[in-house]
Amino acid sequence: MPNSDLRSPGAWRDLPAERVQRFDAELAPLLKRYPADRKASAMIPALRIGEHLFGHLSPEVMALAADRLGTTPGRAEEVATFYVMFFTKPKGRHVVELCTNIGCSLSGADRIFEALKRKLGVENGGTTADDRITFREVECLGACGTAPAMLVDEEMVERITLEKAERIVEELK
Amino acid sequence: MSETLILTRRWGTKDSATLASYKSAGGYGALEKGLALPPSAIVDEVKASNLRGRGGAGFATGLKWTFLPKDVRPRYLTVNADESEPGTFKDRYIIEHEPHMLIEGIALTCWANDIHTAYVYIRGEFARQARILEAALAEAYQAGILGPKVLGKDFALDIHVHRGAGAYICGEESALLESLEGKKGYPRLKPPFPAVVGLYGKPTIINNVETIANIPWIVEHGGAAFAALGVGKSGGTRLFCVSGHVNQPGVYEKPVHYNLKKLIMEDCGGIVGGRKVKAVIPGGSSSPVLTADEIDVSCEFDALKAAGTMAGSGGVIVMDDSTCMVRALSRISKFYAEESCGQCTPCREGTPWMEALVHKIEHGHGQPGDVDKLAQMANNIGGQTICALGDAAAMPVQSFVKKFRAEFERHITERRCPFGDHAWGKTQESRDAVVGGMRA
Repeated sequence: MPNSDLRSPGAWRDLPAERVQRFDAELAPLLKRYPADRKASAMIPALRIGEHLFGHLSPEVMALAADRLGTTPGRAEEVATFYVMFFTKPKGRHVVELCTNIGCSLSGADRIFEALKRKLGVENGGTTADDRITFREVECLGACGTAPAMLVDEEMVERITLEKAERIVEELK
Repeated sequence: MSETLILTRRWGTKDSATLASYKSAGGYGALEKGLALPPSAIVDEVKASNLRGRGGAGFATGLKWTFLPKDVRPRYLTVNADESEPGTFKDRYIIEHEPHMLIEGIALTCWANDIHTAYVYIRGEFARQARILEAALAEAYQAGILGPKVLGKDFALDIHVHRGAGAYICGEESALLESLEGKKGYPRLKPPFPAVVGLYGKPTIINNVETIANIPWIVEHGGAAFAALGVGKSGGTRLFCVSGHVNQPGVYEKPVHYNLKKLIMEDCGGIVGGRKVKAVIPGGSSSPVLTADEIDVSCEFDALKAAGTMAGSGGVIVMDDSTCMVRALSRISKFYAEESCGQCTPCREGTPWMEALVHKIEHGHGQPGDVDKLAQMANNIGGQTICALGDAAAMPVQSFVKKFRAEFERHITERRCPFGDHAWGKTQESRDAVVGGMRA
């Protein structure tokens, strides 16, 4: 099994101590939301914090989340790979996600998607050569009335036109 | 007679999301009133209101509440804000414009059912809405509306926001519970239903955001008044989300039995460019499609069921006569293939097969017999899975094939898409979006 050594519960000790401290500080208030014997409920919030602090969910970060929630790295990995918003591989400094589902497609998203791929020189899910932007299509964002819609670093941008989309990706540094 | 607006009447007013604004409009009055009543009186009002769940299934809300076993504690409330069904975009506006209405509804629901902890499970992509709700909750705690003594009464209540991370299946109630317990969102086998064995194995009510947001009005005005706004066994108004080829897409609050054609042709200003309606999906992408001839129908749950489709989540998707229906189905099928959780073989294997076959037909590579094969695949998925995602994937396929079969066959015989570089993306960019009856 590849990387089996990194799946050890103690793999998180290789992470920089200062950021581990920040992880703990950010996680602490969220843990209070769940019963004391149900800390594992905070898995999604913990992984979200981990991804923001460490860039992506490496095996070490998953082990850190598991350690703090009293569960196994396997459980953390199961969650990290099930939900599409998590990145278990390095990504660009920014993530741009365009909805191409039915409402957005009826409003022109397909053409914008093709044009943005060309402009950024990436395939769906790819990262620009300068590591600036990871670009991918996503499923319905719940903005069908103001379609097409896009998420830019988790912030929703609606009524996208090609010009607007191009301007947004140009301005991301 | 002007239409009664329950949920949207203050949308677009300045600072409507703040506690001060909500209170100045009489907000939390229903909670004060409700806390003075015995919990059973609130359950009775909700039963009398004929409120049916707005998340998709349309189950009677008051009846659902009575399924909680009498003697097991703690009990939980989880509010389903995992709005992910294509075509549906209403709950986010409730949270953006009226988060305190939702909080008041949660508090009343919890008082009515002896619940002291509630979770709002909100889809991960709604980062802004999660922040708005967190801010409103902070205000409510500060004002003593939440916490150890709700409005000074000997009743403790905590409400927490739990953000998901991108999985449509987590809108399914038992998958939502799994996710809230920190696991991947695999739906549970039912029964037992969540009302009996839910979050952490305890009795749990799961209601949609819109459902809960109606509770304060029901307590304030009485269940009978709510029932009177609707028809038959469906009370109240509901939020219809209209998208696609209409001049004014958006969220419209209308009586639950409003006419679908009127909604599209009058309220939404008709079809872009004066074109004709070709097809309408009335209740989110999983509900069976209607042809233009079939849309003069009431949007009420049972009426749409009688018309062979579903009121579902209220997501109305309109397609004009330039739309390639094979392509539309291809995109919808891709969604269900992407979002299948993978637990059940018919869904895990069948949804990508269906998608691949629709895609093949759309691009002119279909073979004679493929349309029947497609319908057969759908029949082998629907009803064969733990949760309803299999049905949700199968129903569009079955209905598109049934209603637009000639279009599928034409793709096969002509070995190309007859629509060529069709209308996808030709929608007029200046369309107005309407939120709660106002231009957004």
